[in-house]
Amino acid sequence: MSIQKLSTIGAVAVFMGTAAYADCGIESANINIVGNEFSAIQAVVDGAKACATDTVTVESNLNKDYRELQVAALTANPAQYSVVVTNNGAIVPLLGEDLIRPLDDLIAKHGQHLSKNQMISVDGKVMAVAFMANAQHLFVRKDILEQAGVEVPTTYEEVIAVAQAIKDAGIMAHPFATTSATGWNLGEEFVNMFLGHGGEFFKPGSAEPNINNETGVAALNTLKALTELSNPDFLTFDSNAVQANWESGDLAIAHLWGSRGTGILDDEGSSDEVVSNTMLVSSPTVGGGDVPASTLWWDGFAIAKNVSDADAEASFIAMVKGISPDVVKANNDAAVWLVDGYEPTPAAAGVFATASGNTQPYPMIPFMGLMHTALGAELNEFLQGSESAEQALADVEAAYTTAAKEKGFLN
Amino acid sequence: MRHKTFFWFILPSLAAMFLFIALPLVSVVVQSLHIEHEQVIVVTENCGPFGCKQESSVDTEATEQLRAEKPLGRFAGLSTYFDRGHLATAEIAEAWRTNDSFGDFFGEIFNLPFYKALTFTLAYTFIVTPLVIVLGLLIALGVNRVTPVLKGPTIFVSLLPMMITPLVGSLILFWMIDAQGVIGKTLQFIFDDPELSLKASPALTWITLMVYGVWSSAPFAFVVFYAGLQTVNTDSLEAAQIDGASRWQQIRFVVIPHLMPLVVFISLIQLMDNFKVFEPVIGFKAGANAPSLSYIIFADMRSDIIRYNSAAATSVLTVLGVAILLSPVLLRTWRDFKGKAV
Repeated sequence: MSIQKLSTIGAVAVFMGTAAYADCGIESANINIVGNEFSAIQAVVDGAKACATDTVTVESNLNKDYRELQVAALTANPAQYSVVVTNNGAIVPLLGEDLIRPLDDLIAKHGQHLSKNQMISVDGKVMAVAFMANAQHLFVRKDILEQAGVEVPTTYEEVIAVAQAIKDAGIMAHPFATTSATGWNLGEEFVNMFLGHGGEFFKPGSAEPNINNETGVAALNTLKALTELSNPDFLTFDSNAVQANWESGDLAIAHLWGSRGTGILDDEGSSDEVVSNTMLVSSPTVGGGDVPASTLWWDGFAIAKNVSDADAEASFIAMVKGISPDVVKANNDAAVWLVDGYEPTPAAAGVFATASGNTQPYPMIPFMGLMHTALGAELNEFLQGSESAEQALADVEAAYTTAAKEKGFLN
Repeated sequence: MRHKTFFWFILPSLAAMFLFIALPLVSVVVQSLHIEHEQVIVVTENCGPFGCKQESSVDTEATEQLRAEKPLGRFAGLSTYFDRGHLATAEIAEAWRTNDSFGDFFGEIFNLPFYKALTFTLAYTFIVTPLVIVLGLLIALGVNRVTPVLKGPTIFVSLLPMMITPLVGSLILFWMIDAQGVIGKTLQFIFDDPELSLKASPALTWITLMVYGVWSSAPFAFVVFYAGLQTVNTDSLEAAQIDGASRWQQIRFVVIPHLMPLVVFISLIQLMDNFKVFEPVIGFKAGANAPSLSYIIFADMRSDIIRYNSAAATSVLTVLGVAILLSPVLLRTWRDFKGKAV
């Protein structure tokens, strides 16, 4: 263990030790937090827990399936959780069901130091406070690219050519991977590619689908060319699988979440050869477009509507404490923080490069979730070669339309 | 037993069945007949760390008012049952009109989610059930002949697949058949095809799931048959031996007729079990290639936006499917019962 790491742990311990007595100015309250589970969120929640005293309880339920329980848990009155840690995709059902409260008055009272950048506002009302950013971007292996005599790709056309060159040179049989598991992951890959091609998912001003067109076909064909350079098991690849393959040195190029950068660049689970040659670069553009074919995501917190005003205020104070510069400084490597005092690390380079290319944020549209589900379920047959691109897109539109009618978005 | 005594005897179980089976079933049927209110959509300016954008959002106040007036949603009759996600009558009629060959017609039907799941579920049920019965019988006959010392350990090993939690068992196999796993790599080597993947091709996924199904259920058939074998009349067997029957003839004409009621019992249980196939589909991440009816209900309930009405309709159709599947066996039991009464 390096001295630097030791001193960081020491600093964290000291911080935690003093924080236990920190006075957050809450008299008594019950604070309960639900959210996804990864190291950055863990750090924020631990920061919020420092507000716990004899009269203030702070509890948390962090797990990967939080999206499935958040709506039911917040619909109850009083809500099961007072805080939900969410993102631009997961917040949509909460907004649609009116389960989170506007934060403007709480910000005026307790959060004036938060930057404008962190406010997620809908129709002029701040509904959530963001604390970190995430995006999918390219991970490349410098040494393999050099061995094959090719440059770092900046467009998907180049990614395909580079992967093909590596394959032709006999270095790797399956040099490329992305999170292409059937379901949400595959849907997300199409969303990236379709936006990169300049597509619009819905006809302007309506919930009518708009993907069965030339843009959709072009996006699908690019995806197919990429999966042909992937391991044949690509329809089961989620982030964990791609990260494991990368760390075992089986990949030369991967399109993967920025939040995986820290795990890949640390000294666990991989060889020095892989880690020292891993480069994090911007997500590529595609089809002559000028924005990277990726989507930007924020992670932030929102406060439940169905809790008492006192608990809501206490929850807000605790969460602001959780995303304070002290916490961020102690966990600088864990994420691309949107908080003052954050110092960019090498693990964040890919997300920064992608964001600076004017990549679009993931659309916060009420019916986008239904479109995403339909995409995740209907594209695999085309990628396996048993269906045409037009048929696959027609299936997506039909599946989406059925669901949207049932949910009252279409007539 | 007098009728009154009988009534008091089964009352607790009747009450439980009413509370936990009949009532939820009614609520599911009611849900399947409704769809959600029309959502009131407005365009708002949404801002965040990546700038501002004009986007659609739900007008929560207006939508809330609609919901307060009619909490069940809009009555839609049977329309959910006939939409593309379920029976898809319009799509089938269209496919019938536009396709000349049966191959294309069935290709299009197989492309519809409900029929795809139904095809897999039926294929799984009707392939796995007989194989489980045959394999279970073979294991039972084999174990029955093993010397007494080895019987205990043999029975224990034969029962192992049933003891392992289905999800864990399928996950272990899932890792082994991975293109990088022990079985996956061996198969690639044997067939000399580096692109061979048990997870990628639908046909191979089906075979994998069915092999797993037989592997995990055969012990159940084995235990039942083994118990049955202990009650075979030794007099009949000896008589057959004296008449010069071979081992096969003894099994065919003495043992199997004796075990016939058990075959009916196992078929009944296995038909019901296999029609509900679910854990292996999850464990093998086979939802894309081999969705079962239970899986598509699960998928509706698990996304961000939960589709209760669609899931309810699929559930009702699945219950009907089980009823149709079991009707021949139940009819037979009913006829036997009536025959005895007369």
